[in-house]
Amino acid sequence: MNATPRPPHLFLRFFRWYCDPQLLRHIEGDLMEVYHERVVQQGARRASRQFMIDVLLLFRPGIVRPLTLQRTLTPGYMWKINMTLAWRNLVKGRGYSFINISGLAVGIAVAMLIGLWVADELSFDHHFANHERLMQVMMRQTNKGKTYTGMVIAPNVSGPLRTDYRDKVEAVALYGWNVDHIVADGDKKLVSQGIWAEASLPEMLTLEMLHGSRQALRDPSTMLISRSLAQALYGDANPVGKFLRLDDNQELTIGGVYQDLPGNTSFGATRLMLPWENKHNWITGVTEWDNHVCSLVIQLADGVDAAQLNEQIKTIPTAHIPYWQEEIMLYPMERMHLYGEFSESGAQDGGAIEFVWLFGTIGVFVLLLACINFMNLSTARSEKRSKEVGIRKTIGSVRRQLISQFLTESVVTAFCALLVALMLTQLSLPLFNTLAGKRIALPWSDINFWCITLGFTLLTGVLAGSYPAFYLSSFRPVKVLKGTFNAGRLASLPRRVLVVVQFTVSITLIIGTVIVFQQIQFTKDRPAGYNRQGLISVPISTEALQKQLDVVRHELLQTGVVVNLAQSSQTAARFGNNTGIEWRGKDPDLVEFFFNVTISPEFGETLQWKVREGRDFSREIPSDSSAAIVNVRAAEIMNLQPSPVGEVVKHGDREYTIIGVVDNMVTQTPYEPLKPCIFFMRGWMGTITIRLNPDVPVQEALAKIAPVFNKYNPSAPFDYRFVDDLYADQLDAEQRVGTLAGIFAGLAIFISCLGLFGLSSFVAERRTKEIGIRKVLGASVANLWHLLSKEFIVLVVISWFLALPLSVYYMYDWLQQFPYRITLSWTTFTAAALGVMALTLTTVSYQAIRASLAKPVNSLRSE
Amino acid sequence: MKKYQLGEFEEIVMLTVGVLYNEAYGVSIKKEIETRLSRKVSMGALHTALKRLEDKGYLRSFDGEATEERAGRPKKYLQITALGKRAMEYTRSTREELWNAIPKIAFKISG
Repeated sequence: MNATPRPPHLFLRFFRWYCDPQLLRHIEGDLMEVYHERVVQQGARRASRQFMIDVLLLFRPGIVRPLTLQRTLTPGYMWKINMTLAWRNLVKGRGYSFINISGLAVGIAVAMLIGLWVADELSFDHHFANHERLMQVMMRQTNKGKTYTGMVIAPNVSGPLRTDYRDKVEAVALYGWNVDHIVADGDKKLVSQGIWAEASLPEMLTLEMLHGSRQALRDPSTMLISRSLAQALYGDANPVGKFLRLDDNQELTIGGVYQDLPGNTSFGATRLMLPWENKHNWITGVTEWDNHVCSLVIQLADGVDAAQLNEQIKTIPTAHIPYWQEEIMLYPMERMHLYGEFSESGAQDGGAIEFVWLFGTIGVFVLLLACINFMNLSTARSEKRSKEVGIRKTIGSVRRQLISQFLTESVVTAFCALLVALMLTQLSLPLFNTLAGKRIALPWSDINFWCITLGFTLLTGVLAGSYPAFYLSSFRPVKVLKGTFNAGRLASLPRRVLVVVQFTVSITLIIGTVIVFQQIQFTKDRPAGYNRQGLISVPISTEALQKQLDVVRHELLQTGVVVNLAQSSQTAARFGNNTGIEWRGKDPDLVEFFFNVTISPEFGETLQWKVREGRDFSREIPSDSSAAIVNVRAAEIMNLQPSPVGEVVKHGDREYTIIGVVDNMVTQTPYEPLKPCIFFMRGWMGTITIRLNPDVPVQEALAKIAPVFNKYNPSAPFDYRFVDDLYADQLDAEQRVGTLAGIFAGLAIFISCLGLFGLSSFVAERRTKEIGIRKVLGASVANLWHLLSKEFIVLVVISWFLALPLSVYYMYDWLQQFPYRITLSWTTFTAAALGVMALTLTTVSYQAIRASLAKPVNSLRSE
Repeated sequence: MKKYQLGEFEEIVMLTVGVLYNEAYGVSIKKEIETRLSRKVSMGALHTALKRLEDKGYLRSFDGEATEERAGRPKKYLQITALGKRAMEYTRSTREELWNAIPKIAFKISG
C-alpha cells in the first residue's frame, strides 16, 4: 500500500491545539473517519479541502478549549484566601513587616515629595492661559567678546514693538520689579510687594478677578490688589472703590481684586499691581536707550513664529547705543525659570533645571534603595518558606496558585506601604514647603497622580514578589521536604549585589552632603573685612524719614543702645551697582566694573572698616563732597604709582579725588572673587545701617530703637534686617540644597540600614543551629560576632570603594562653579566611610550579638 | 416553562440517536441526518449540539472501539438518558397540543 493519503497536517495540528482536550479524541476520530471515506469517494484533494472546512467550522465556542485549564467553581474564593494568607503572614512576622513597610513607605514618601516638587518646577509659569505665546524680551550686551544676557530692558525698546509689529504682537507690557511698598488704610499699615505694570499686563496674565476689572490699570490713579492683601486689609468685604495710601505719598483707588498667582509663577509674590502712568512711577521718566530699568513681556499673535520675529526685531536698540553692541531677544516666558541662565558666549546655559535634575536623581535613587530593600527582605524571608512551598505542592497546589499567593502577599505589603507613605507625605508637606520655599499640596483629585502612584506600587509589589513567586514555586517538593534543598551561593549573590548598590548610593549621597555643607560653612566664614555682628539695616522708606535723618540720628544716639549709624545707597551685605570709571593711564581696552556706593561720612566707622592709606571721609572737611575712597582691590586694578591717594578719577562727568584706601570687604555673593569698590559722598542714599551697642541685649536695643522710627516715620512699619542675615540670604540657594540633600541622604542611609537590619536578623535566625553547635564546641561571643558581621562589613567596604570615585567626580564638578571654594580632602571621605561603617556595625551587631548570646540548649533542643 | 430546552436541530439529533440505537456516534449520526432529511450537517454544528445535549444530561456517552480509519481514535457512542427521553416527550406533547389547538378551518382556507 503506497502512501496512505493524509489530511492537511497544519490543520490537524491547529485543531489539536484549539480543541477542548475532553472532546479531542472523539472528534478527531470522527474527522479522520469522514476524511478517509471521502478519499475513497471523492479523491484525496477534495477530501483535504473538506477537511479544512470542517476544522474551520469546528472552531466555535463549545469545542474550543476553555482559557483556563483548571476551572474553579468560585474564582473569587482564591483571592479571598490569598488575601487572608497575606494578612496572616504580615501579622505573623510583625517585626519584619514593620521594617519592610516602613522602609518602602519612607522611600515612596520621599519620591512623592520630590515628584511633586519636580512637577511644580516643571510647570513654572504655565499657569497663564496664553503661556505659550508670552515672550520675555531680553537684553543682550556684547562687549569685547563677552555677552551679558538679562531680563532688564530700556523702556524705549517697547516703542517699535507696539507700532511696527502690530500684526504679530498682540500685546506689550512693561513692568517694574517686585519691591516693597507700604499700603495704609487709616491706621492699618502693611508692607507688600508690588510692581508698576502697564495696563495690558493683567489681561496677558489672564488674572482671575474676584472683584472689579482687569482693565483697571488704564486709570493712573487705580490699582489692583491681590486677594491675600485684600483679606488682610478688609476681610471678605468687597474693597473696590476704596482708597489706599501708597508709600505715604499718594492715595490710589482699588480697581479690582485678583486671585493670588500660584507660587510657581514669576508673579507669585506680587500682591500689588500699580498703574504704569502714575506720576510716582519713576521708570516712565527714563528715556535713555542704555538705561535698563524694567522688564518687558509681549504676547505673540496666534501662529507667529518667535524665532522669525526675533530675527526682525533683534536690532531695535543696536543703533542707539554706541558703546557696546546691544540686541534684544525673545525668550519664552515659561522657560525663564528653568532655563534662564546664559553663558558669556550668549548661549543658554543652565538654570533651575539643574536642581530639578539633582533632586530628581536623588528621588529616584532613594526610591530605588527602598525597592531594593523591599525585594531583598521579601526574597530572604521567602527562602524560609521553601518547606511551606513543598507541603503546599504535595497537598495539591498548582504552581499558578503559589505564584498568585506570593504575588498577592507582596502587593498587599506594597499597598500598606503606600498608605503609610501618603500619610507621611501629608504630614511632612508643611515642613518640606518651608524648606523648599514652595506652596505644594498633595493632588488628591488628580487622576494622573493616582495612576502613577498606584501603577508604581503595583509594579514594586510584583517585582519584589516575583523571585519567591516564580523561583520558589518551581521547586520539586520532594527535594525541599527531604531537606536537601539549598539555595546555594548563587541565590544570595543578587542580594549582595543589591546591598552594594544600596550602600554605594547612600555613601555617595552622604559624602556629597558633607561637602555641600563644608562649602557653605567655608563661605560663611570668609573674612568680611568689617565687623558684621550687631549691624542692622533699615530702609529709608518715606520722604518724612529722609527729611528728618539728622534728628533721628541724634535721638538714636541718645538712647545709648546705638554706637553709630550711617546712610548708604546699598546695604553693606550686598552691593550691586556696577559702573565704569576712568583714571590716569587707564588701558583703553580694559573693561572693569566697579561697585559705586554712596555713603555718609560715618559709614566707615559704623562698619568698622580698616583704612590702609590716607583717611576716611569727614563731615568737617567740605571738599570731601568731591572725594572718593577705594578699596584695596580697586587700587590694585588702577595700579597708580606711588599711591592712589591724591589721584583724580572720573565717574560719569564728575571728577573725584581719592583720599583713602580701605580693606577689601565681602559685599556681594560670597562665592565671587573680591570686586573693586569706590565710595562717594554725593548721591541718593536709601538705607540706614546701625551699629548696636554690643553691651546691650539685642531685644532690648530693638525695643528702644523702634519708638524713634515710629515717631519720625509714622506712616511705615519699623522694618529692619540684621546685616549678617542679609548676607546669609545670598547663601540661601546652597543652604536649601544642602538641607534638602542632607535630609534625603539621611533617609537613604536610614532605609539602607533598615534593610541591613532585616537581612542580618534573617541570617542570624537561619543559622541558629550552627551558632548553637559552635557555642557548644567552644566558640566565643566575639568569634560568632565576627562570623555573622563579616559578610556585611565586606559589602560596605566594597560600596565605599565604588562610592569614592563617584562622589569625587560629581563633587569636584559641583565645586567648579564657585571661584571661592574648598579643596576636597581625604578626611571627608574617610570620615564618611568610618561613620557608615560604625552605623553598619551597630545595625548588624545587634542581631549578631543577640544570636551569639542565646543559650545553645534552646536552639539545639528542638528538631 | 423552560424545564426542557430542546432546539430544533437538537431535537433532530436526539431523534436520530434514538433511531440508530446502539450505533449512534458522530459520523453515523451525521450520515443518518444527511440521508433522511437530505440536508448538509457540518461536523462543527453536530459536535457542538452533542456536547450541549450531554451537558444538559439528555445524552450519555461511552467510548467504543478504535479502528484504523479513525487513526486509532475511539468512537464515542451516545445513548438517550431518562431525562433526555422526558425532554423529547415533552417537546412532542407540546407540539401535539399546538397541532390539536389549530382550528380545522385554518387549513381549509389556506389549502
